[in-house]
Amino acid sequence: MILVWIALIPIIGGIVVWPAGRLHPLAPRVISLAILFVDLLLTLKLIEAGGSGAWLASFYAPWVPSLGIGFRFNMDGLSWILVVLTQILGIIAVIVSWSDIKDRVGFYHANLLWSLAGSIGVFIALDLFLFFFFWELMLVPMVFVIAIWGNENRRRAAIKFFLFTQGSGLLMLVAILALVFLHQQQGGILTFNDAALLATQPTGPFGILAMLGFFLAFLVKLPAFPVHSWLPDTHTEAPTAGSVILASIMLKTAGYGLLRFAVPLFLDAAHHIAPLAMWLGVISIFYGAILAYGQADLKKLIAYSSISHMGFVLVGIYAFNAIAWQGVVILMVAHGVSTGALFIAVGAIQKRLHTRDLAQLGGVWTDLPRLSSFGTFFVLASMGLPGLGNFVGEFLILRGTYAVAPLVAVFASIGLIPAALYSLIAIQRAFHGEATVPRRVSDFGARDVSVMMALALGIIVIGVYPQPLLNIGAPALGNLVPAKQVSALPQKGRGG
Amino acid sequence: MGNIIWIIPAAPLIGSILLGLFGARWSNRWSGFIGTLSIVISALLSVAIAVHWFQDPPVDEHMRIMLWRWISLPEYSSYIEFYLDPVSLIMMLVISVIGLLIHIFSTEYMAGEAGYSRFFAYLNLFVASMLLLVLANDLLVLFVGWEGVGVCSYLLVGFWFHKAANGYAARKSFVVTRIADVAMLVGILLLSNALGTVSIQPMLAKAALLWPHGGIMAAAGAALLLIGGLGKSAQFPFQTWLPDAMAGPTPVSALIHAATMVTAGMYLVIRLYPLFALVPSVLTVIAVGAVITILTASLTALVQRDIKRVLAYSTVAQIGYMFLALGVGAWSAAMFHFLTHAVFKALLFLSAGAIAMRLHHEQDIFRMGGLRQKLSVVFWAFLIGSASLAALPVVSAGAFSKEMILASLWESPGLGKWLWLAALFGAVLTATYIFRVVFLVFFGEVKTEPTGHYGVRIVVPLVLLAIAASTIGWLEMPKFMASSSVFSSFLEPVLGHPATESTLPHWVTAAGYIAPLLGVVIGFGLYRSGYWVRTAGPVGQGNDGGQAERSMGEGVRRFMRAGFGFDFLYDRLLVQPFLWLVKILRNDPIDAIFMSAAAAAMRFHGALRRSQIGQLRRYAGMLALGSMAVIVIMVFA
Repeated sequence: MILVWIALIPIIGGIVVWPAGRLHPLAPRVISLAILFVDLLLTLKLIEAGGSGAWLASFYAPWVPSLGIGFRFNMDGLSWILVVLTQILGIIAVIVSWSDIKDRVGFYHANLLWSLAGSIGVFIALDLFLFFFFWELMLVPMVFVIAIWGNENRRRAAIKFFLFTQGSGLLMLVAILALVFLHQQQGGILTFNDAALLATQPTGPFGILAMLGFFLAFLVKLPAFPVHSWLPDTHTEAPTAGSVILASIMLKTAGYGLLRFAVPLFLDAAHHIAPLAMWLGVISIFYGAILAYGQADLKKLIAYSSISHMGFVLVGIYAFNAIAWQGVVILMVAHGVSTGALFIAVGAIQKRLHTRDLAQLGGVWTDLPRLSSFGTFFVLASMGLPGLGNFVGEFLILRGTYAVAPLVAVFASIGLIPAALYSLIAIQRAFHGEATVPRRVSDFGARDVSVMMALALGIIVIGVYPQPLLNIGAPALGNLVPAKQVSALPQKGRGG
Repeated sequence: MGNIIWIIPAAPLIGSILLGLFGARWSNRWSGFIGTLSIVISALLSVAIAVHWFQDPPVDEHMRIMLWRWISLPEYSSYIEFYLDPVSLIMMLVISVIGLLIHIFSTEYMAGEAGYSRFFAYLNLFVASMLLLVLANDLLVLFVGWEGVGVCSYLLVGFWFHKAANGYAARKSFVVTRIADVAMLVGILLLSNALGTVSIQPMLAKAALLWPHGGIMAAAGAALLLIGGLGKSAQFPFQTWLPDAMAGPTPVSALIHAATMVTAGMYLVIRLYPLFALVPSVLTVIAVGAVITILTASLTALVQRDIKRVLAYSTVAQIGYMFLALGVGAWSAAMFHFLTHAVFKALLFLSAGAIAMRLHHEQDIFRMGGLRQKLSVVFWAFLIGSASLAALPVVSAGAFSKEMILASLWESPGLGKWLWLAALFGAVLTATYIFRVVFLVFFGEVKTEPTGHYGVRIVVPLVLLAIAASTIGWLEMPKFMASSSVFSSFLEPVLGHPATESTLPHWVTAAGYIAPLLGVVIGFGLYRSGYWVRTAGPVGQGNDGGQAERSMGEGVRRFMRAGFGFDFLYDRLLVQPFLWLVKILRNDPIDAIFMSAAAAAMRFHGALRRSQIGQLRRYAGMLALGSMAVIVIMVFA
C-alpha cells in the first residue's frame, strides 16, 4: 500500500496546492516541500523494511479486470534509487523556484508535483498500461511548465517537446498492445502484467518490430542521436526548475525504460540490435560533445553535453552485463545531480546578468566567486573527474563494455577527450577571462549555497563511496532478466 | 606506524577543503598559515615514517594499509588501499618535503595577489592528489590521483584567469595530457579485463604468471599505460604542453611542473616495472623516444629568451634522462635522478621566481644582467642549481645521478653505446644552455635595476634546497670515489640490484665528467663573443614580423625556438580538423532535417488551406476531376 501512497501523495498534493496559491504565494511552496519530504521519508523507510527477493515492496489491485489491467506497483533497488533521486531533485526544484516563479504560483507547483508523480509512477508501475498512463502524466504537466513559465520561445519549444515525446509514446503504445495480443494468442490470457509478459519473448521480425516501438520511444526520451534534437530547444526555453526535472529525472525514465522493458521483454531482439544501439551511443557521445563545444548559449552547451553523457548510458545498457548496468545506474544518478546543479548555476547567472550568451559572459568569477566555484566544480564532475560520481559510472560502463565489445569501449573512452574540450571551454568562456562590462550583482546567498553544497556532497559521496548504491542496485539488476531466458539465449549479436 | 599513513594525504585534503569553504573570509595570513600547516603535518609524518623505516624496516619491506572498499562487485573491485615500499616512500618524502618548502616560499611570493586563499586551496589539493597517486595500491585509485593532479595543474596554470593566454595554456596542458590519459584508461580496462584485477601487486604477479615474455597482451597493456605516462611527463610526442604551462605562478612551476607531477610517468613505469620488464620492445621504444625528447628539448632550451621556458624545456629533457634509464631497465638510476632533479629543479624555479619578484616580473634573460652582486643569495642558489642540472662533477648532486644513468647506458646490451653517446651529447647541451642563462643573467652590465628585498620565507627554502642540491648526491657514489650505495640498497628490495660498474672503462667515466665542463666552456665562450646576444631572437613568442635577418642560421633557430614545429603540426593535424567539425555541425544538421519536415508540413497545410476557399465552382470542378479519375482507374485497372 505504501507504494500507492508514494505515487498518490504528489498527485493529491498538486490538487491541493493549485487553489492554495490564491491564499498566499508562499503556501504552494511550503506545501510542496512538505509533501515531497513526506514522500521521500516514506520511500527511505522501504529500504530498511527490506522485502522478499529483489522486491522491496509490491502492491496489486484490479483496475479493469476484463482487460487484465491492474494497479500493479513493484519496487526493487533500481526503482528505489531512481524514486529517491526524483524526490530529492524535486525538493531542489521547488527550492530553486522559490524566488524565480512569481506568476500563477499555485498552478506552477501543481504541474511540478504532477510531473514528479508521473516520474515516480513510471519507476514503480509494473503493469504496462499503468506505466503508459504515468508516462503521459509526466509529460503533459511538463509541457505546461515550459509553455507558461519558460523563456522567450517557450511556445515553440513546448510544442516541439510535446510532438517528439508524444509521437514516440504512441509508437510505444502500439508496441505494448502488440505484445499484449501476442501474449493472449500464446496463452489465452489478456494481461498487461509485466511479469507475465516477460514470458512471451517474441522472436523474429515481429519481436524486432515490437521491440523497436519501445526502443524508439526511449531513444527519443534519453535522448540519443539522431532523435535528440528536441532536448536543446526544450532546455533553453524551460525555466530552471523545468530544466532540472527534465535533465535530472525525465531523461532517466528512458534509461530505466530500456533496462526494465525494452531489453527484458524482447531479449532476442535486444541482442540483435545491441551493436546498433551501442554504436548509436558512441555517436551520441561524440555528436553531443562536438556540438556542445560549438554552442554560444551556456544552457544549450549543457543540454548537448547531456546527449553525450546519455550516450554512455545507451552503450552500457546494451553491454548486457552486471558491471555495465551498475555503471548505468550510477551514471544516471550522478548525471542527475551534476547536470541539475549546472542548470541551477546557469539559471542563477541568467537571473543576475540577464544573459546566457557566452560571448557576453566571461569574468563571472570576479563578480560571483561562489557561483563560479560551484559551477566549475560541477563542470569538472560532469567531465568525469575521477573521485566524483560521474567517473564511477563511466568507468563501470566502460569496464563492462570492454568485456563484450572492446572496440566500442575504446571509442567511448576517446569520447572523454571532447568532453574535456567542451567542459574547459565552458569554464573559460563563462567564469574565467575578463568581464566586458562591470557588474554589480549579488553572489549566491545562503539558500543557493546550501542547495549547491548538498548536491556537491552527493556527487562526492557517490564518487568516493558508491558501494551502498551498488549494493542496493545489485539484486534488482540481477533480477531484471529472468535467468531462464538468459540461458536460452544464443551467444550472438553481442556488439562490437 | 602504518595506521597513521592516511593522515599524510588527508591533511592537505582537509586543508584544501577548509580553504575552499572559508578561505574567502580569512585573512591572507591565516590562509597561508593553514595551507602551510597541512603540509607541515604531511612532511613531518613522512620524515618520521622514513626514519622509523630505516631503523626498523617492516617485514617484506612493504606495508599495505586498507582504508575502505571503493567499488566492490563480484566481477570488479577497487579498494582504497595504500602501499608503502621504498619507492613510494621516497616519492612521498620528496612530495611532502619539497612541497613544504615551496608552500613556505609561496606565502611570501604570492603576497598581495588576488585569490591568495584560492591559490593555497589548489596547491594543497595538488599535494593531496599527488600523494594519493604515489601511495595507491590500485591502478584505478592511482588514476584518481593522476587526474586529480592534472586538474590542479589546470587550475593553477590558469590561476591568473583574467588573461586569455593563461586560460589557453591551462586548457592545452589538460587536454594534451587527457589524450594520453585516455590511452592509460584503455590500458587499465585491458589489464582489468585480462587479469581480473587492477590491484597493482596481485596484477603484476598474475601478469608475470600468465603472460609470456614479449607477449602481445603484455606489450599492449604496457604500451597503453606508457602513453599515459609520456603525456603526464611531457615526453615526446606530448612535450608541447609543458612550456606553455609556465603561464602559472612560478612556485607552481617548481612544484608541479618540475619536481613532482611531471615525474608521475616515470613513477608509473617503475611501479609497474615487472610488467614493462616482460616486453623489451616497449623498453626500446621508451629509450629511443627519450633520446628524441632529450635532444629536441635541449636544443630548444638553447634558444629561448624566457628563463622559465629554458627551465621548462630542461625539465622535459631531464625527465627524458629518467625515461632513458627506464628504457635500459636501470630503475634505481631513474629514481635517483628523479630525487636529485626534484631538488635542483625546484631550486632553479624558485630562484627564477625570486628574480622575477625583484625585477617587476621580468622573465626575459636578455633584459637581466649583472645580478651577481645585486641578488647574491639568488646568484648562489641559481649557480648551485645550474651546476647540479649541468652535472658538474663532485660539487653537485646531479653529477652523481647522471653518471649513474650514463654508466647503465654504457653497460646495457644492444643500442646501449649509441644511447650513451646521445646522452653524453645531451649533457654537453645541458651545461651549455643553463650556463648561457647564468652568464646572461648574473654577469655583465645591469639592465634592470632590482627593487625591494627578500623576506625569510624566500631565503630559507632557497638555502635549504641549495644545500640539498649539492649534497644529496652523496647518497650514491661510484665505486672508485667512496662506494656509497645507500640509495640503491634502500631500493634493492623492490627494484633489484643495479648493474655493477666494474666493467666500465675509465675513459667512459671520464667522458661523463668532461662533457658538462665542455658545455660550460662553450656557454662561456659564446657569451664572451656576444653570440648569445646576437642570436637572441625577437622579443616574446611567435612571429617577429620578418625583421630578423633571413639567414639560414636564423631560420634554423626559429624552427628550434618554436619547439621543432610540433605545435604547428598538431594545430594542422588535430586542432583545425576538430574546429572545422565543430563549425559544420554547430547548428545541428539533424535538427535541421526535423525542422524541414515541420516546415514541409506547414507548407502542405498552407496549400490545403488555400484549396478550402469556399468557391463552390472550384469544389465542383475538383469533384468532377476526382470522379473522372476514379472511373478511369476502374476501367483500366
